[in-house]
Amino acid sequence: MIAAYLVLLIPFIGIIFFAVSGHREEIGKINVWLNGICLLATIWLAINVLNQGTILSSNKAFLIDPFNVYLIVLTAFVGFTTSIFSSPYMAHEKELGKLTDRRLKLYYSMYQGFMLAMYLVLTTNNMGIMWVAMEGATLATVMLVSLYRTPESIEAAWKYFILCGVGIAQALFGTILLYYAAVQIGDLENALLWSVLYENAKQLNPEILEIAFVFLLIGYGTKIGLVPLHNWLPDAHSEGPTPMSAVLSGLLLNDALYAVVRNKMLVDGASHSNIAGYLMMGFGLLSFLVGALFLHRQKDIKRLFSYSSIEHMGMMTFAFGIGGPLATFAALLHMTVHSLTKSAIFVTVGHAAQVAGTQSMDKIRGLIKTQPKIGWGLLIGTLSIAGFPPFGVFTSEFLVLLATMHSYPWLAPLLLLGIGIAFAGLFRHIQPMVYGEKPEGQLPVKANLWPVIIHLGLVLWLGVSIPGFLAHWFSQATLLISGSTPL
Amino acid sequence: MNIEQTDFYTQAILSMAALVGLTSFLMLGQGRLLRLIFVFALQGLLLTLTTALAAYSLNNPHLYISAVLTLVLKVIFIPWMLRREVMLMNMHRNVQALKNKTAVMLGGASLMVFSYYVLHPIVQTTSPVMLNALAVSLSVVLLGMLLMISHRQAVAHVVGFMSIENGLFFAAIVATKGMPMVVELGVAFDVLVAAVLFGIFFLHIRTSIDSLDVDLLNRLNEVDK
Repeated sequence: MIAAYLVLLIPFIGIIFFAVSGHREEIGKINVWLNGICLLATIWLAINVLNQGTILSSNKAFLIDPFNVYLIVLTAFVGFTTSIFSSPYMAHEKELGKLTDRRLKLYYSMYQGFMLAMYLVLTTNNMGIMWVAMEGATLATVMLVSLYRTPESIEAAWKYFILCGVGIAQALFGTILLYYAAVQIGDLENALLWSVLYENAKQLNPEILEIAFVFLLIGYGTKIGLVPLHNWLPDAHSEGPTPMSAVLSGLLLNDALYAVVRNKMLVDGASHSNIAGYLMMGFGLLSFLVGALFLHRQKDIKRLFSYSSIEHMGMMTFAFGIGGPLATFAALLHMTVHSLTKSAIFVTVGHAAQVAGTQSMDKIRGLIKTQPKIGWGLLIGTLSIAGFPPFGVFTSEFLVLLATMHSYPWLAPLLLLGIGIAFAGLFRHIQPMVYGEKPEGQLPVKANLWPVIIHLGLVLWLGVSIPGFLAHWFSQATLLISGSTPL
Repeated sequence: MNIEQTDFYTQAILSMAALVGLTSFLMLGQGRLLRLIFVFALQGLLLTLTTALAAYSLNNPHLYISAVLTLVLKVIFIPWMLRREVMLMNMHRNVQALKNKTAVMLGGASLMVFSYYVLHPIVQTTSPVMLNALAVSLSVVLLGMLLMISHRQAVAHVVGFMSIENGLFFAAIVATKGMPMVVELGVAFDVLVAAVLFGIFFLHIRTSIDSLDVDLLNRLNEVDK
């Protein structure tokens, strides 16, 4: 359990440290170290869970089970590699005069604040605290979206703040309804603890829980970026600093989906109709198709990949909605590979935009000729996210498709169509950017591509073979969520 | 059920619910920003009273802390901050009449009916009083959204945002006798940070578009220009 406290304590120290003495030269390196130590703590935690199974802290405030433990490690890992990328990137942005020392301090302090909120969402056992932490994540990142203080970035941040704030308020209403259902069966103090709710799910009033779930899905769904609540997402991703886009896409969306699935498990326990599943399938499929279609008309490279995030989150929501063991397993795998691939892509996109000096896709040309590493990184990342074998995204998408054909065969053509549209949408933009002649005055930048190589390597590994302990966790989590194991 | 047969606490809660609902409608039709902020503070005061009443009747001391937090945040701090902003921007003189006031008010009324409709299934398991309280809370949330849609000033958006928060808080107090303390403190902390961030935002928006009219925030969209 000490490991879990350590995971929460380190980012907390980080916030204060950067807020007080964030003006130093080596600030970016310190951020890398903090995230690295945190990653080690999460690995320690994961080993504990591997040996002992589910851990519930003595005061019942924290719960680590196979479902959240791999997400915790993933969060720490993406946080760590993104901090490696962010250190030279932000220093470069400062050299360009886009940032001042004070804003850099704010950036690093809020980077840790965001990480803290993410760890709290994942580790807490209290549905109320989960909401508080989710809102905390919005509050921490909203100033980062407007970090450059351009009129566009302020507009994006305002939209993000209002839309996510109002959206997540719905989730609080859902949580209150959940609490209301729980206090009717007794025990006021512990009534919001997930472990208690899960044990007593059968006694909870199904009608209240179904109403609650609608609010919870809308609320957390705003953060997942489900259509039609997605408007903030492309704006926030395109106007904020690129490391922020990487962690927003890689972590925030995942954790919001995690919150929805936790709630869905309660509703499924109480109610016998599959209303929660149908709602998730509907919203998921809509987001998937709309996201895929919107890929075609993008002009900004970061907006392009944020729509790709909407598309993939839609697919995961859809898969969790189907709810069988195979679909759940696929969704868990997809959460992992999407998060790894998308953060890797945003890292290369950040460098590509610095190379070209713009985010407009019409002006980025000939990346492979200018700086081969970045060009190939972007190309391979896009191949991976579009679902090419042998990458992990292919495996998980294939499993989702298989599960769909098994449970709802008439939806499979829509999925295939969406995958095809998304593929075309990505490549019509990426192809001219990486190939072709380089325009005048386009110069290589100092880039550290290790995060990209490691991420894509892992995705490749997951596509070829899933390591035993991870497969074990996925199976355990699938058992927890859907009631049976896939294998 | 006859209202005179219920105990004092239930009667008080019902009247409070009615008054909170009323303040939401008052805000919705309000064109002057200063009056809007005043009604918002009034709603906060009603919430404080409800919380104190619940603390007293249910003999639950931790609700007194919530009452004090509400008083400080929603009756004093946020209205003060918004008022200062309005004065600074010299917006207190111009009246922003709503374009389609009748439609907005009718929409508000139908949202209230809708809230009752949505929450009706729970009446089987609890008293009608609970239904009233929860339905009013939900309609305060929805009316807050309508307020944000129908008004164009950033200040009005913040009022709408915070009044959504009020509706949720009312639901938590009345339906569940307050959330667990740690959750309530967390929510209050979030509201405080949100209020401070709004203050910072006003400054940024003012310096970037020289106005607090959010209609001018229209650079980012999917339509080709």
